[in-house]
Amino acid sequence: MKRSRLLSVFQYIFATLITMGTLSPFAWLFISSISFQTDLTKVPLRWIPKQITFSRYVDIFTNSNNEMAYTFRISMMNSFIVAIGTTLIALIIGGIAAHAFARYQFRFRQKLIYLFLFTYMIPSVVIVIPLYLLLDQAGMLDSKLTLILLDLTFVIPFVIWIMQSYFKLLSKEFYEAAAIDGCTRVQTLWLIVLPLARPGIVATGIFAFLLSWDEFFFSLLFTSSLDAKTVSVAIAEFSGKNAVDFGMVATGGVLACLPPLLIAFIFQKFLVQGMTAGGVKE
Amino acid sequence: MKKMSDKTYAILSITPAILVVFGIVLFPLIQTFLYSLKNMDLTSSTRGQFVGIHNYVNVLTDPNFWGSFGRTAYFSFVSLSLEIVLGLMIALLLNEKFIGVTFLRTIIILPWAVPTIVNGAMWKWIYHPEYGALNALLTQLHITSSYQSWLSSPWLAMNMVIIADVWKMTPFVVIFLLASLQLMNKSVYEAASVDGAGVFRRLIVLTIPFLIPTLLVLIVMRTMESFKVFDLIYAITQGGPANGTMVLTYQAFIKAFTNLQYSQGATISYLIATIIGLLTFVYVKTLKAEEGI
Repeated sequence: MKRSRLLSVFQYIFATLITMGTLSPFAWLFISSISFQTDLTKVPLRWIPKQITFSRYVDIFTNSNNEMAYTFRISMMNSFIVAIGTTLIALIIGGIAAHAFARYQFRFRQKLIYLFLFTYMIPSVVIVIPLYLLLDQAGMLDSKLTLILLDLTFVIPFVIWIMQSYFKLLSKEFYEAAAIDGCTRVQTLWLIVLPLARPGIVATGIFAFLLSWDEFFFSLLFTSSLDAKTVSVAIAEFSGKNAVDFGMVATGGVLACLPPLLIAFIFQKFLVQGMTAGGVKE
Repeated sequence: MKKMSDKTYAILSITPAILVVFGIVLFPLIQTFLYSLKNMDLTSSTRGQFVGIHNYVNVLTDPNFWGSFGRTAYFSFVSLSLEIVLGLMIALLLNEKFIGVTFLRTIIILPWAVPTIVNGAMWKWIYHPEYGALNALLTQLHITSSYQSWLSSPWLAMNMVIIADVWKMTPFVVIFLLASLQLMNKSVYEAASVDGAGVFRRLIVLTIPFLIPTLLVLIVMRTMESFKVFDLIYAITQGGPANGTMVLTYQAFIKAFTNLQYSQGATISYLIATIIGLLTFVYVKTLKAEEGI
């Protein structure tokens, strides 16, 4: 058994390295957010600061006079509104379409599915030049509603692609039973399909939220003020400056990470299902 | 009232999605294509004139374009290779039973959840030439003697961006492969073990062939994404230093929104879309082939 002991030592060393590699950037981001600027700019660097401060967190939630803190607070709100709005609309519109794709046969069905997939795949850069000129003329730049509409162009195709594979798993007998009981199509969808597909819907919804929370390109180009600027744009802006409170950028980063991290933590099972749906076949 | 046919109902269900998605995307998609065929130079007297494939010839004979293409390919190839190799090793580890494996499985997904811009800003801070954690760590461990400017030479900067991408995206590969591994038939594995096949032999003969379909899907999927890389570059290097991280999407963005060369930006965008379109085609074929197995 000597060989397998060697292997298991190897296993533990590798596991420790992965754990450190995964967690240490997070740890450093968090330490930076609670350190004083003087400690962060000390050479040689002290890893554990002598004093810690949560004042940046307090500033972000309450202080409107600190420009960076205020920008982070408002842009976080914008990100929430855009991401939740996009998720809800995409789940409804995309879910209904996905159900039709999975349940019924009609002309161009397969072609349309691939067309949606292609729309999800094409790089945003291919549509933004005319879009910018158009939105500028229509006076629709710098608006959360515009961002939601633009995010929908890739979140709806994503929802359709994932959800139709969930809906296909539902047995035909459910529909037949519902039809015998005299359910209309809408009733069947609402009373039978929806509850049965709930895990799939939750997984898809989580993904849709993460996708729109992470969206950067449209927000960068089409927002300019705190009316619609998202937290990613705010962080990119501050992190691009040279003389800046690094701790404050780190604090913004920690807060912007929190919603997706919490989701990843709580809904891990759903996420793994959603991630591998359509990719890993049983 | 006559009952609606299935077909009509299906079409009604799909219409809102078609209206929202294609309603927004279609017009700009065509318009960009037209821009790529026209002279859109703001200072030119012949602005708006149809010039055929002139812009494409210009871009395809421009060494800057091929430079960006090469850098994008380098980024995709190196980051993907690292992610696949590391991801496979970690997935195999997490498929074993040992103390702490549940904990490791829980935390492994976390980097993937970090928003791309936060990831970029975080690594930029770690790479900081004066106050960065990387410099501090390496000098305090006596690996390097002096502080380095990680992001100020072109090739090094590209590799540092790749590290940031690998940190965030390897978990994605791990989750995929782990899901596949758990579907693997354990009894074949045990039989091979009884027959005297060692750990590495079992890996090469049984595990890797079993994972190949999933690996193919992953490779095509990740290639598509990494060919579009923009956010990470924007957050860490903004295409610099000396164009060292100037990838295709970033070049199209600079041409269109900084230099206001709409036709050139549009032309590059369409070339990227063509590459992605081809990859999408391969992706669909790969998925279909896998379903056939």
